[in-house]
Amino acid sequence: MTDVIDNRISQCFSSLKKEGRKALIPFVTAGDPDEETTLAIIAGLEKAGANIIELGMPYSDPLADGPVLQRAAQRALAAGMTPTAYLELIRRARVQTQLPLVGLVYVNTILQYGWEAFGREAAEAGLDGIVIPDLPQEARHYNGKPLSPLPLTEIRLVAPTSQQRIKNIVSNAQGFVYCIAALGVTGVRKHLTDLATDLEPFMATVTRYSACPTALGFGISSPEMVKDIRHLADGFIVGSALVEKLEAGINAGSGITPAMNFIQSLRDALDQ
Amino acid sequence: MSSKLSSPITEYYGEFGGRYVPETLMNALEKLEEAAVEALADPLFMEDYRYLLVHYAGRETPLYEAENLARHLGGARIFLKREDLNHTGSHKINNVIGQALLAQRMGKKHIIAETGAGQHGVATATICAKMGLSCQVFMGEEDIRRQAVNVSKMKLLGATVTSVTSGTGTLKDATSEAIRSWVARVEDTFYIIGSVVGPHPYPSLVREFQKVIGEETRVQILNREKRLPDVVIACVGGGSNAMGIFHPFLQDTSVELIGVEAAGFGLSTPYHAAAINGGSVGVIHGMLTRLMQDDVGGILPVHSISAGLDYPGIGPEHAHLASTGRVVYEAVTDDEAVKAFRLLSEKEGIIPALESAHALAYAAKLAPTLPQSNIMVVNLSGRGDKDMDTIMNSMKGELTHGKSQSTESKPSDRRHRQPNFPMLFIP
Repeated sequence: MTDVIDNRISQCFSSLKKEGRKALIPFVTAGDPDEETTLAIIAGLEKAGANIIELGMPYSDPLADGPVLQRAAQRALAAGMTPTAYLELIRRARVQTQLPLVGLVYVNTILQYGWEAFGREAAEAGLDGIVIPDLPQEARHYNGKPLSPLPLTEIRLVAPTSQQRIKNIVSNAQGFVYCIAALGVTGVRKHLTDLATDLEPFMATVTRYSACPTALGFGISSPEMVKDIRHLADGFIVGSALVEKLEAGINAGSGITPAMNFIQSLRDALDQ
Repeated sequence: MSSKLSSPITEYYGEFGGRYVPETLMNALEKLEEAAVEALADPLFMEDYRYLLVHYAGRETPLYEAENLARHLGGARIFLKREDLNHTGSHKINNVIGQALLAQRMGKKHIIAETGAGQHGVATATICAKMGLSCQVFMGEEDIRRQAVNVSKMKLLGATVTSVTSGTGTLKDATSEAIRSWVARVEDTFYIIGSVVGPHPYPSLVREFQKVIGEETRVQILNREKRLPDVVIACVGGGSNAMGIFHPFLQDTSVELIGVEAAGFGLSTPYHAAAINGGSVGVIHGMLTRLMQDDVGGILPVHSISAGLDYPGIGPEHAHLASTGRVVYEAVTDDEAVKAFRLLSEKEGIIPALESAHALAYAAKLAPTLPQSNIMVVNLSGRGDKDMDTIMNSMKGELTHGKSQSTESKPSDRRHRQPNFPMLFIP
């Protein structure tokens, strides 16, 4: 966490900044529908212009996720995804790509694996950062003791509802600040008006208190939407919209190509 | 009533409790905590709460001595705290009155709630109708099927009932979906949680609104018997009726407190809901507590014949009281609960909720081992009207197959049970 200059996430944002470009951060659920497909998707995403890959560890009861990512998690769990298999998948992904890899893992998965063991093994496997969506700073306790910092870039989340909490959360943020663009759980929002209404002042508050790069996520669904909000952040996270297209493509027998074309269209929208 | 702490709202109970939720909810939980601390210390708020408990819910509830039952079992005297006589038929009304008043005080017009058997859903819909608040209740599709009458009641009371199809379609999924929905509407919506579970400050808040059960019980038994009871027994799912009756007795070390979990088909099978007796430490629904989980932290589907106990977690204060040993947690099977359900109906003319029948089943095991001078209080948390279909099905099974559907239980349970439950005549 101390090697801010050396790590892949910070390098990614600083080189994009020099080029005047934005980070495209697709999210996929690990092992949905199987591990080989996930590796193929990661390769496809890199080719389609992704800058950082967010890889979700499926969880039985994901409180922050809407129906699309709940279904993806169910498929991946049914196919046998476990924390051990997840770490192995990261190891294999790391061999094929040098893109920064960020995990999204619910807190109970890490606690049951062993907090320190998970952090150490994930770092060894080649994971760069981690998002723990149900672990606010105040809840970093287990067995009556504080949870130690993980040897990974711990990405912090802020929401438009965070208000007076924003300052504390984003000061000393690492990697990037994950800015929640829509109230509610993950899931596709069709229109810009379905995102949080106060995105501009929200992002202004975040950048007032932190020099860390920002990424907007939750609800981002189309090249048009991305064009409308690309001035607001340094990166854009796209999860449900991508997973929905992967689901449809795989169900229709057209594979991952339509989803990769979608990512390419977001890349184009960000670069225009 | 007196507390050493400045506020009864606490974040952690030993290592358990906390607030493990998405960031979007944090601000709302902080505001709720602030409002709760103020309201509980405000005599006017508490006066409104007590007024509704008396004039709307029908408190205080009787502490009734079940003499026929005690005579039948032999041993300790048995008193029933009659929470089944509350408006809407269970202790759930105590909590929803408090939380609805708090919602009103905070200026929130929309209420959401989760429900399993429908008792909390009906109680919430009831208070929302009275107070003119909009109400949406999340209920698993499986529970909607099992509890049709309560669904109709909620609709009649003006609530929207939202079917939850994710996961196993039961209480855990309804709770997850209520939390997810709250994340999206947190600014104008108040989430009335139904038990001493969830993120801080809910476990403390719900306990504060349920401790009236124990406060009344304590006064009633002292007035009548001039002494404290020897044992207090309550069923535990999430654990609100148990926290409510236990809390005022926590400092009375002579009073043995026993929580009774749902052992379903038996603790040796995967089909139970005993988070203390069969679970381990982890995070569920925003709290660190004990829960039923697999070895990688996935929340397991659980089973109990009683929909209200069919929950994989337990309130964090219970997890703490179990670890300190102040409360002992036992478990009884579906089969034992059904027998206790029928026993109380036949001996006392009181049809208990299947949840409460778990507490009764353990009381029936324990009473014969205690001297007649001992006083046992059982929290009769609800009435059994809602469970008639389940009971009729279970009795049908017994008639056609010569035994009930759920037969697996520990040999020691069988040994205990037989002398206490002679074959009952089935009309």
